Amino acid sequence: MSLKSYVTPSFLIERNKERCIKCKVCVQQCANEVHRYDEEDDEIISEEHQCVNCQRCVTLCPTGALTIRKNPNELRQNSNWTAEAVRAIYIQAETGGILLTGMGNDRPYPVYWDNILLNASQVTNPSIDPLREPMELKTHLGRKPDSLSIKEGKLQKKLPPQLELELPIMFSAMSFGSISLNAIKSLAEAAKQEGTYFNTGEGGLHRDLYQYGENTIVQVASGRFGVHADYLQAGAAIEIKIGQGAKPGIGGHLPGEKVEREVSETRMIPEGTDAISPAPHHDIYSIEDLRQLIYSLKEATNYEKPVSVKIAAVHNVAAIASGIARAGADIIAIDGYRGGTGAAPLRIRDNVGIPIEFALAAVDTRLRQEAIRNQVSLVVGGSIRNSADIVKAIALGADAVYIASSALLALGCHMCQKCYTGKCNWGIATQDPQLAKRLNPELGAQRARNLLRAWKHEIQEMLGGMGINAIESLRGNRLMLRGIGLTEKELQILGIKNAGE
Amino acid sequence: MKRVYVREEYCAGCGLCQVHCITAHSEYKGDIIKAYKKSFPRPLARVIVEEKRPLSFSLQCRHCEEAECVKACITGAMQKDPATGIVINDTARCIGCWTCVLVCPYGAVRRDETLHKVAVKCDMCAEAGGVPLCVENCPNGALEYREER
Repeated sequence: MSLKSYVTPSFLIERNKERCIKCKVCVQQCANEVHRYDEEDDEIISEEHQCVNCQRCVTLCPTGALTIRKNPNELRQNSNWTAEAVRAIYIQAETGGILLTGMGNDRPYPVYWDNILLNASQVTNPSIDPLREPMELKTHLGRKPDSLSIKEGKLQKKLPPQLELELPIMFSAMSFGSISLNAIKSLAEAAKQEGTYFNTGEGGLHRDLYQYGENTIVQVASGRFGVHADYLQAGAAIEIKIGQGAKPGIGGHLPGEKVEREVSETRMIPEGTDAISPAPHHDIYSIEDLRQLIYSLKEATNYEKPVSVKIAAVHNVAAIASGIARAGADIIAIDGYRGGTGAAPLRIRDNVGIPIEFALAAVDTRLRQEAIRNQVSLVVGGSIRNSADIVKAIALGADAVYIASSALLALGCHMCQKCYTGKCNWGIATQDPQLAKRLNPELGAQRARNLLRAWKHEIQEMLGGMGINAIESLRGNRLMLRGIGLTEKELQILGIKNAGE
Repeated sequence: MKRVYVREEYCAGCGLCQVHCITAHSEYKGDIIKAYKKSFPRPLARVIVEEKRPLSFSLQCRHCEEAECVKACITGAMQKDPATGIVINDTARCIGCWTCVLVCPYGAVRRDETLHKVAVKCDMCAEAGGVPLCVENCPNGALEYREER
């Protein structure tokens, strides 16, 4: 006996018959096999059960004949037992499994960026026009010395290794496995051209990507997938991944469906096996152990590369960050609870962690209070949606930001949240050769690059408006921020004044 | 001469090249819906999408230097324009003997039997000029219009 599914379709596909020319592009493009052509009736039929609303068919339909809407079919209204809550139970009653999801937390929690406003110059100090005057966005990430001694115009002591960014934006960790090689190639090329970095995630470095070494941050995560001597040497920096905003407290998940030959070779694991990273690093059970790993990696790379430690934003993030700084990290990357993922348990994604805005403000404040802020650079991620978010993050104390969801959106992602199925119709979160080839990395690189350039221009405009001509002058400059619609406590944690103050 | 080159590694097999080819060769140029719904007979696509997943690519006339179809044509309908190098079939003179179909090494000539028998093939959108519409409308840059490299 098999269980009948009680799950009704989430979406409704409307086909405008006056527009549909039966060209079958939708049939060809849907990896979920929603559309099919019935030869006998000369009709295209869409069966919505499998539709994930990825918009591939809608976007490619040459006549605009398709619309996907939320299925108007509704259960009896119930504010407690929402359709989503009921649906989740039906699914779990059928599968007995953990609910999986992809991309970032989609719950209606407050977005604090949207409650922060920026300053601009009027009368008393001039604003700057970035099209006519120089505007510096160059950013250096790494440990800064307590003081500089300069003799005859030369530094007396060598600076610790630094990453040099032409703009304070990097592509965040996304592994080969979770996303396709074409997606990574797109980001790697864009990073190279715009003078920034992409991050391997815990998927190792595919042989085709070694040429981008100078623009690569190689990650060492709890599963140690794809980590070997050449890998560590290949990157410009090494990042120890402790946690991820979408799933704090647990390790990475890569379903076996996505572990095809190239992924298995790069990760050094058997083909088709699930790559489930351990929740902790089994050699890090204390802050002292973290120090040991940081220095092991520094030793292995001759102290030539900065070492970053990435954590998820959780309750005691300030104290944790202080420990990481003291453990010898050069960069601390903090990932907020809205951070994306290729696969995470739904309940963890939606309920664990704290907003990046609070985490950032708390960490920056704490490191300043302890007078160790110069020892580390802070990189924040976890749903940076636009250039204004970046300007606000930098004013709150970040040195740079990590973007991943935005980068994938630039490549064509439509946020259907089904990355974990491996059936990404946009060729991004898939290893199916038929799907992965849909992302031409030359076009992908162009899109990702355009996004960086567009944001760069916008950041310059906003800085200019504030009368600031270098991003360094905005860093931690919270006087440029004002809160709106926030409580006293929220303002206090963010360390900003209210609008009008 | 400039030709259409395929990059099969990026062909998504969507068939949009065919949709735009059909439209470009219909009486309703630039209007896909009318081209499909109103033109009778609906023109055949001059591009063929070959597919054996995951491999797929769009194939059209190579406009050969030494075009076998031109040599074989018994009526002189198939001609290579000496100026542009484009091989064009004059459908008014074509009698539908399929000799060109037989000799084309790429299988790029199609048989159109909707009205009178006539061979159809890519004309590089020569009438409209510019970039062929299959190339212009490929959503993934899998078709290129360029000189031979």
